[in-house]
Order: sequence, then C-alpha cells, then structure tokens
Amino acid sequence: MLELKNISFTVDDNGVKKQIIRDLSLKIENGRFVVITGPNGSGKSTLARIIMGIERPTSGKIFFDGSDITDLSITERARLGISFAFQQPVRFKGIKVHDLLRLASGKELSVAQACKYLSEVGLCARDYVNREINSSLSGGELKRIEIATLLARGTKLSVFDEPEAGIDLWSFQNLIRIFENMRRDIKDSSIVIISHQERILRIADQIVLISDGEIKKTGTSDEVLPELIGTTAAVNACDKLM
Amino acid sequence: MLNLDDIQKTLMAEVADITDVPAGAYNFRVNSQLAGRSTTDNINIVTKEGMPGIDIFIKPGTKNESVHIPVVVSESGIKEKVYNDFFIGDNCDVVIVAGCGIDNCGAHDSQHDGIHRFYVGKNSRIKYVEKHYGSGSGEGKRILNPVTEVYMEEGSVMEMEMEQIKGVDSTDRMTIAELKANSKLLVKERLMTHGNQTAVSGYKVSLNGSGANADVVSRSVARDDSSQTFNACISGNAPCSGHTECDSIIMDNGKILAIPSLEANDVDAMLVHEAAIGKIAGDQLIKLMTLGLTEAEAEEQIINGFLG
Repeated sequence: MLELKNISFTVDDNGVKKQIIRDLSLKIENGRFVVITGPNGSGKSTLARIIMGIERPTSGKIFFDGSDITDLSITERARLGISFAFQQPVRFKGIKVHDLLRLASGKELSVAQACKYLSEVGLCARDYVNREINSSLSGGELKRIEIATLLARGTKLSVFDEPEAGIDLWSFQNLIRIFENMRRDIKDSSIVIISHQERILRIADQIVLISDGEIKKTGTSDEVLPELIGTTAAVNACDKLM
Repeated sequence: MLNLDDIQKTLMAEVADITDVPAGAYNFRVNSQLAGRSTTDNINIVTKEGMPGIDIFIKPGTKNESVHIPVVVSESGIKEKVYNDFFIGDNCDVVIVAGCGIDNCGAHDSQHDGIHRFYVGKNSRIKYVEKHYGSGSGEGKRILNPVTEVYMEEGSVMEMEMEQIKGVDSTDRMTIAELKANSKLLVKERLMTHGNQTAVSGYKVSLNGSGANADVVSRSVARDDSSQTFNACISGNAPCSGHTECDSIIMDNGKILAIPSLEANDVDAMLVHEAAIGKIAGDQLIKLMTLGLTEAEAEEQIINGFLG
C-alpha cells in the first residue's frame, strides 16, 4: 500500500514561488487500479515523479507498505518494488531492447522470456529483441517497450505517467487492451496511471481528480466519471487526436 | 600456449582474445622479439630485411582463413617502431587480428608504434580487428601511435574494428585509405580515455573510383581529465558516397575536439558528416535507476552499451 501524507511541492519560477502540489494526502490500496486525472498543469505528473523519488516533496511524508520512504533514493524505491513508466520514454544508443528487459527483470533473461514480455505489449518479439532503443523506434514502439520493462519488473506498485501521450490512435487501441489485461492480472499489486483518457478512466477501480495541486474528488469510476465527461480531465482518443 | 608469463598471457587475451595458439597463420611479438610464428599454404609471413617488422602475403583466392599478429610489451622502457605490410591477393576473404597490449610497471615510458599497410586485391573482403590495451601501475607511460594505410583495389571490402578502451596513456593514430571503383571501407572505432590520457585519431579517406563507399563511425568516451581529438576527412574524387560520424560522451573534466570534414571534387560525390558531443542524459540515468540500478551502475551500462 502506498500512502501520501500532506505532500506539498513548490518550485522556484524565476524568483517566484509556485506551488504545484498543495497538502495532498492519498492512499492507494493493494490490488487497485487507480487513475489520477485532471487538467493540464494540475500537478499529476509531478505527483507521479514524487512517488518514484525523481522529485522530492517540499513537505509531507510517503509510506510504502508501512515504511517511510520519503528520504529514499530512486534506486532504493525501485528495489522496494516501485516501477515508473516515463511519459517520454528515454532512448539509449547501443542498449538493446533485450538488455533493457534484462536490467528491468534484475536477472539473466533468455530471449524466450524477453519475447514473452514483448508479445504482451503487442510487439513481434523477433523483430524487436535485438533492436537498439534509439531514434529508429517510433513513439508508439518506445511506449510499448517502456510498458514491457514494467511487466519484466513485476513490482508491487507500477506508476505510468500519461501512457497515451505521443502515440497514434491504432497504438492507443492496443494500449487499452494491455491495461485491461494488467487490470485483470493485478492480484496484490497496484497500478497508478496518470491519464485523462476516458477509456482508461472507465477501467479504473478508483479515480482521483486533481486540480491546482489538490484532490478535488475521488471515488469509483461510476461515481466520478459522469461529471468528468466533456472536460479536459476525460477526453476520448479521437478528440485528443483532432 | 607459447612460453609466456601471466602478464603477457593477460595482454594477449585482452588484445586478441587469444588464450591458446590460434588456428591459421600467426606471428607473436613479445618485448621486441619474435615469440612464435605459423604460416599456412595460403598465408606466408616473412621477417623484413633491414627494418623491424613483417610482410604478410595472402595468396589470391584465400578464403575463411585468419591471421593473428598480436604485440605485447611487458618490459618498462621499450620503444619500438614496427612496419607490417599485408599483400592481399584478389578474391580473398580473410580475418586479420592485430592489437597491442602494454604492461608498464616501471618508471620508463613504453612505446609501440605499429605502421600497418594493407594492399587489398580486387574483390577481396578483409575484416581487420585491432585492440589496444594498457595495464601496470608504474610511472612510465604506455604509448601507442599506430599508422594504418589501406589501398583498396576495385570491388574490395575492408571492415575495420578499432578499439582502445583502457590503459593507454597517449595515442596518436592516423588512418589513411585510398579506394578504387566499387570498393567499400567500413570503420568502427571505439575509444575511451580516462585519467590524464590523451588520444588523437585522424582519418584521411580518398574515394577515388566510381561507386566507392566509406563509412567511418567513431564512438568515444572521455572521462576524468582526459582529452581527445577526432579529425576525419573524407574526399570524394569520383561519383561516390561517404559518411563520417563522431559520437562522444564527455564526463568529469574530459575534453573532446571533433573535426569532421568533407571535400567534394566531383559533382556526384555524396558526402555526409555528423558529430555529436554531450554528457550522459539525466533521463537515461533516472530511467535505469527506476529499474533498481545505482547511479554508478546506470552510468556503466550506458557507457558499455554506447561503446558496445
């Protein structure tokens, strides 16, 4: 279980203090598929980065399975069982898809095992396992490989920062299918997705609406989604692409 | 294995992946002396008269054979300049493994300057692998200044892999190539400098025949207080195509100067150069740290991949 207690995050914007997250508290229980949504600039991605330790909160505490992880590094949090999928997946010259999946799994990984993860994200493993993670891969391909690294890690908490950003509609349909499968196989782990895609919101156990760095509403999909439809917190894929 | 001590064996393994006597032709040079030689029906090795070095003759039509000519320097203070000439007949397909390892535990500089000349026959295909490696804790420097000249006949292909990853204090390397019609030169250089090392790598490639093609790709890492200069010039003197790329990671107080240059003397010469120097991107480190690696482990993975 992840618990955020009174998290605030302030940045210095050309000498002016700007508060991105305001005294935010949130519990994410095990076995839950949670979608954090809200308008652009509401602080969603910052919150995801605070959970992973990429950003440090100005104040507040973070607990993971009862332990205080506020002062732990990215590496320490990763080793405790937190994973993070980047909004803009990182490219590496010379590092191959197989290498990244091996590093993610933390052990020697056979081609067959690497292929299993790639197949789950809809990539033909034979074509990708020896590809370099460089600019020859499209945004959609990188996004799926990013998700495959999280599958290879298989940690207790997986955080996805806007997985739909920068991919085409065809890839988006596949992405939804991947998340539906993850939702089905969630068991004791939990998944947090930063998204304002209506179709991702529909499969959530819990929706958290953030605006201006604060939680405005939280509840089940049935409770929260109806009032979000038509706002920037819940757009459908075609609207976003238009 | 030949009569080598442990340091010499380590150096052999580092520069030529040799842990046993290799199959095919070979010539081992250890502390300026001949330490072993083998020839085959198709590949002959002859000691030069009047100057240090060897001539390697490869008969026309020789296929699927290899030549190993590693050099090991393990005595402090040795300074040598060695001339090795390769005469490769037409229609060959041969692998040549060179490389030099210096272990210097003494106070005097050790230096090996290998001058390699390749005369590649028509339609021959050569793969040339050269590794440089240094070890030893002495104050004496480990210095390697290789010169490689490649003269390529029509339709020949030369693939060169040159690697210097560790331990060489100072290197000044020059590679010169002249290509006739439809010949192809592929160069893959990997270089890492650390400490106070300096490395200079220069290329002068002349595409003289119609359909000649060259691709010179260098990836390098400069760390600590080391410095590097990469200077690659491709001249297109006929309808031809050439590409040079210098891609570098800079760390700590490292310094890198990249001077890619192109010279077109024919309207149908298509020449491209690319050069990029930058530190390891913060996002790359963070991504690998989110997989559970420490910052140092992440850095190592990124560099290994980059130089791989």
